[in-house]
Amino acid sequence: MQFRKFVSLAALGLGLLPSPQAFAETTLHMMWYSDGGEGQVMQDLLNGFEKTHPDIKVVLDTVPYKAINESLPVQLAAGQGPDMARVTDLGGLARYFLDLRPLLKDPAYFDTNFGPFLPWMRVNGDTKSIGGVMTQMTVTGPFINKTLFDQAGVAVPGPKATWDDWAAAVKQVADKVKAPYPLAIDRSGHRFYGIAISMGSKVFDDKGEPAPIDDGFKEAAKRVVDWHARGVMSKELWGSVSGATYLGANDQFKNGQVVMYLSGSWQIPQFAKTIGNSFDWQAVPNPCGPAACSGMPGGAALVGLKETKHPKEVAEVLEYLASEPVLSQFYARSLFIPGHTGIAAKGLDYKTDSPLVKAALNVFVGQVKTTSPLAFKLQGYQYNRAIFNPVISRLGQVIVGEMSLEDAEKRIASDVAEQLAVARKK
Amino acid sequence: MALDKAPDQEDNFLAGLATRLWHVTMSLAEPVMAGIQRLIGAKRMPWVFLAPNLVFFATFVFVPLLIDFGYSLTGGTHLFLSQRPWDGSAQYGHLFNCQNFSNPNSCEQDRFWHAIFNTGTFVVFQVSAMVLASLITALALNKRIRARGFFRAVFFFPVLLSPVVVALIWKWILQRDGLLNAWLTAFGGSKVLFFISPHWAMFWAIFVSVWAHMGFYTLILLAGLQAIPGDLYEAAQMDATSATRVLWRITLPLLMPNLIVVVVLALIKSVQTFDEVYVLTGGGPGTATLMIVQYIYETGFANQVQNFGLAAAASVVLGVALFFLTLLQLALSRRKGEAL
Repeated sequence: MQFRKFVSLAALGLGLLPSPQAFAETTLHMMWYSDGGEGQVMQDLLNGFEKTHPDIKVVLDTVPYKAINESLPVQLAAGQGPDMARVTDLGGLARYFLDLRPLLKDPAYFDTNFGPFLPWMRVNGDTKSIGGVMTQMTVTGPFINKTLFDQAGVAVPGPKATWDDWAAAVKQVADKVKAPYPLAIDRSGHRFYGIAISMGSKVFDDKGEPAPIDDGFKEAAKRVVDWHARGVMSKELWGSVSGATYLGANDQFKNGQVVMYLSGSWQIPQFAKTIGNSFDWQAVPNPCGPAACSGMPGGAALVGLKETKHPKEVAEVLEYLASEPVLSQFYARSLFIPGHTGIAAKGLDYKTDSPLVKAALNVFVGQVKTTSPLAFKLQGYQYNRAIFNPVISRLGQVIVGEMSLEDAEKRIASDVAEQLAVARKK
Repeated sequence: MALDKAPDQEDNFLAGLATRLWHVTMSLAEPVMAGIQRLIGAKRMPWVFLAPNLVFFATFVFVPLLIDFGYSLTGGTHLFLSQRPWDGSAQYGHLFNCQNFSNPNSCEQDRFWHAIFNTGTFVVFQVSAMVLASLITALALNKRIRARGFFRAVFFFPVLLSPVVVALIWKWILQRDGLLNAWLTAFGGSKVLFFISPHWAMFWAIFVSVWAHMGFYTLILLAGLQAIPGDLYEAAQMDATSATRVLWRITLPLLMPNLIVVVVLALIKSVQTFDEVYVLTGGGPGTATLMIVQYIYETGFANQVQNFGLAAAASVVLGVALFFLTLLQLALSRRKGEAL
């Protein structure tokens, strides 16, 4: 009896002991959002990583994009959060990023290949840290429904056409084919600034401080308001919600209701998947203003986070994912513009048979070169959303007739100043 | 026969088990409570029984309230109160800096005042519509109509739905290519873009809110109606009293305690409205349906520079408004109690 009891207790004790493998395993959490199918691609790549690194397990926590922008910052401010995250507000969250430089085997590889983007991931004054890996570079730009142009018998404006030329053309098409949305622009300050910079907005003053209201800005704002008044743009996007709420027109574009849709390169994978051969869609170069024919750059980065308890392992994962063969696979399968200069220079064999997708990707890759340096500077500015949000919020009020454009411009200037004052209060 | 007896035996067993457990628990608790009583005296014993609830209230209501007030006196973007710079009453100064309080555009925080005005409009119309609709529905469901149980369930069903689901369903109905516009065009009308018209947006925000919550208030009023003694109606019938007179002289006066509860609950819930309206209209067009809670949420969380201090100050203002509404409820219930 005594012996049986001893054996039972010993078995129980052994059962409770962790296996040697469990002892060594480190579990990392990666917060992720997906625009299209890139989450599945990342999962496949992580499976590959785990095969070669059995001591590290990476859990991909997929969340809505809104959670990345609104919940993650609060978690990080509270000293919590995942080990890694895919983020787009690089400047705003930079203070929470883990500096990978001392942890990487080859930091020079990051300097060489992510060089133009690393400053986006740094706080003001920091010139050295390595925050993460660019999972994609994005450029804003328009898509058109070519089938609607053909049906209306209207010629597609050329590569140097101005915003006014495009506005006239899309209105003509929409009137002829009875399309409800001649021109749709994502309800986003980021998208607006492509137009504003093209119209000559300087965004910053001589000291580098935000000075959002200038002649270029006024030209762009006047056009957007006028387009709504003339029916070139429907009030359903910019006028139907409050504040800085984002609204896209991707569903309307997929349904063939939009003649021209200003969004960005990240839409390509989902258009490829959902539109298929329903109609001919094309990406076209950004329309021009007197100063430039610019869109806005952007991108998402996979970053390590300071609060992680496993910085070494985080660096190991990110170094693996940043390696050229792995990252090439990610970009090619996700149909993303590379945020890695080496891969961009060599070119990518995108995993698609669709000539529409290949053509659209080529147009956006070409747009990187015509993007204004000021647009890159604005994208890298730590508090860029403190500029974008008041612009979209106040222009929305003008569009629905709540205030005049002049009042809105004064409000935008004071809103930006107020937010910067709060951010800088120590 | 054995099969028939089995549930009874099971019930007896469970009842016996429960009684035994009760006795064991009480015999364990008794020396502890007796000890406490010896220590603090019998007069103070009620505090011991109240303690769990008081601890819960302090932890989850009173302490957060104080923390919120603390935040409203600070500035900057730090999350932890200890790291935030002291700002005194500056946040309240920002909120109440107005040239003309009747014109939100003349205020420094114009969106806050738009939200206050919108919430006021929403509360007045939503509560009136809610009470009226609930009362009419309760009166109808109290009659001996066919399929009464079915209709009671139908009116209560929306209460069980998540506010987000409710808003998404109605958004789907009301959008450009939604069900309502499909019907309008099918009957020869033209499409109406409800969400770009400030008046339509407010109308639908109120309508959807009433639709979603009236079942709950109907239930309260129905319970009140069923508690009115039937002999009063029989007496009125014998006196050949008109239906309108019965309503005004018997039903409404005796239903008043329930009506007060409904008005005050609806009022408090209406001031706190957020999720349904946020999902349905996003606070737009412009600021036409921006409510105070959405303003707080956006100021504190949705902006890149998260202004917790200003958001906390706005929530303190909301809290004060709710406090006075609660006082009103207490005063009204007390007056009614004294009258009865």
